[in-house]
Amino acid sequence: MKKAYMDYGAGTLVDPRVLEAMKPYFTEVFGNPSSVHSLGQEAKRAMEESRKNVADFVGAETKEEIIFTSGATESNNLAIKGVAYRNRNRGNHIITTTIEHMSVINTFKYLQKEGFKTTYVTVDKYGIVDAEALRNAITDQTILVSVMYANGEIGTVEPIKEIGEIAHEKNICFHVDAVAAAGQVPIDVINEHIDLLSLSSNDFYGPKGVGALYIKTGTKIQPIIHGGGQERGLRSGTENVPAVVGMGEAAKISKREMESESVRLSELRDRLIDGVLDRIPHSFLNGHPTKRLPNNANLRFGYIEGESLILSLDMEGVATSSGSACTSKTLEPSHVLLAIGLAHEEAHGSLVFTLGRWTTKDQIDYVLKILPGIVRRLRAISPLTPKELLR
Amino acid sequence: MYSEKVMEHFRNPRNMGEIPDADGVGTVGNPVCGDVMTVYIKVKENRIADIKFKTFGCGAAIATSSMITELAKGKTIDEALKITRGDVAESLGGLPPIKMHCSNLAADALHEAIKDYQAKKGVK
Repeated sequence: MKKAYMDYGAGTLVDPRVLEAMKPYFTEVFGNPSSVHSLGQEAKRAMEESRKNVADFVGAETKEEIIFTSGATESNNLAIKGVAYRNRNRGNHIITTTIEHMSVINTFKYLQKEGFKTTYVTVDKYGIVDAEALRNAITDQTILVSVMYANGEIGTVEPIKEIGEIAHEKNICFHVDAVAAAGQVPIDVINEHIDLLSLSSNDFYGPKGVGALYIKTGTKIQPIIHGGGQERGLRSGTENVPAVVGMGEAAKISKREMESESVRLSELRDRLIDGVLDRIPHSFLNGHPTKRLPNNANLRFGYIEGESLILSLDMEGVATSSGSACTSKTLEPSHVLLAIGLAHEEAHGSLVFTLGRWTTKDQIDYVLKILPGIVRRLRAISPLTPKELLR
Repeated sequence: MYSEKVMEHFRNPRNMGEIPDADGVGTVGNPVCGDVMTVYIKVKENRIADIKFKTFGCGAAIATSSMITELAKGKTIDEALKITRGDVAESLGGLPPIKMHCSNLAADALHEAIKDYQAKKGVK
């Protein structure tokens, strides 16, 4: 049986080059970066080099604008709560969109309970944020706009620069969750008017459990973790040096290889999308056809359910995801699919392929070979399938 | 996530299909929730002589449908009415807790099919 991992959006492997770079920091250069002795200082130097690599990765002016965290969820929490609490005297209104990651949406819900006013700007059928609606939602009380760079589930890339301009015209802090976009499309925090930007190492072949928050010089935020004052007092706790080194190395490699890799992945993505739409009746693409992450193909099949598709593909060695309720912890279909206007029954039939550094044309062709049979089998089992489709 | 038994029934569902001249048909669930099951029964001398199913849903939904047909085939109507959701889950070596309610509808579909049969026969 062939093996084809196509769930890179949920988790990537650690690039062997990254792993090699991390290794010395477990048993040799194990000192605490806050220590004065040379072993501690060597660890500190490695961490600062990593900080420089992450800063370059997103186009930051100085490496001091990068704070290491435990991952995307913490970065999003720190950015949103940090700005909201620190600027409470200026206003109590915060704006985001209906398609954000749960670590943004649930932080907004939490802040709403804390007395903040929240607005969720809607998106069109492709998942593009309505920038004009966002502009109109702004009041003199608005202190934060938070919009994702790209949606990891449906692959849609947002007009970040345009939204950043709107936020800055009104002197409002602009946070961007770039977890799905990082390593896929070039990010330029200065040109795109971004004040805070969340990153997760494991989305670009670094280790899990480490992330970063870019905080533009002059942006006022309040820490959410208090302690020994590491990371300029914004994120206390002894730094996870091997992981931080890994994230820096991963950022360096991704920056260097992004241009050629995104061309290669876009071709594979389109081969997969076109191949499926061609071969399988009643199949549809979710998300935007062109304003799309190079690694994302989110497809939808009528009359069948996503988890059955995942299990069937897994039996053939192919790892995928779905926005179906049956794969969620809440028994609700993906809020992103509902936000782009799909009915519940449509959302259940979604199947997400996220390609990556080790995806090959052979693997795409293998999926194109087996998927029509899997869809046909599940449709034969489903009572919803119209008779003429089974002939 | 799923037991071997669930996966085995998902891979090779028993008695999948329709019975065109069924004596009773029962459908439960809703496409909005993500699960729809239809059970068809053929009754001879008060026993379930043949049973088939069609299911839209997750792995657990398909496996429980397949299992209910195995449990019910050959049983008398009274015996079949006593088969519970718990029996189905147990026969499959258990289900993940979150699937116990949403996808474990097969026993209900069977009971609906029997009710339909009884209504057609004029049985109360």
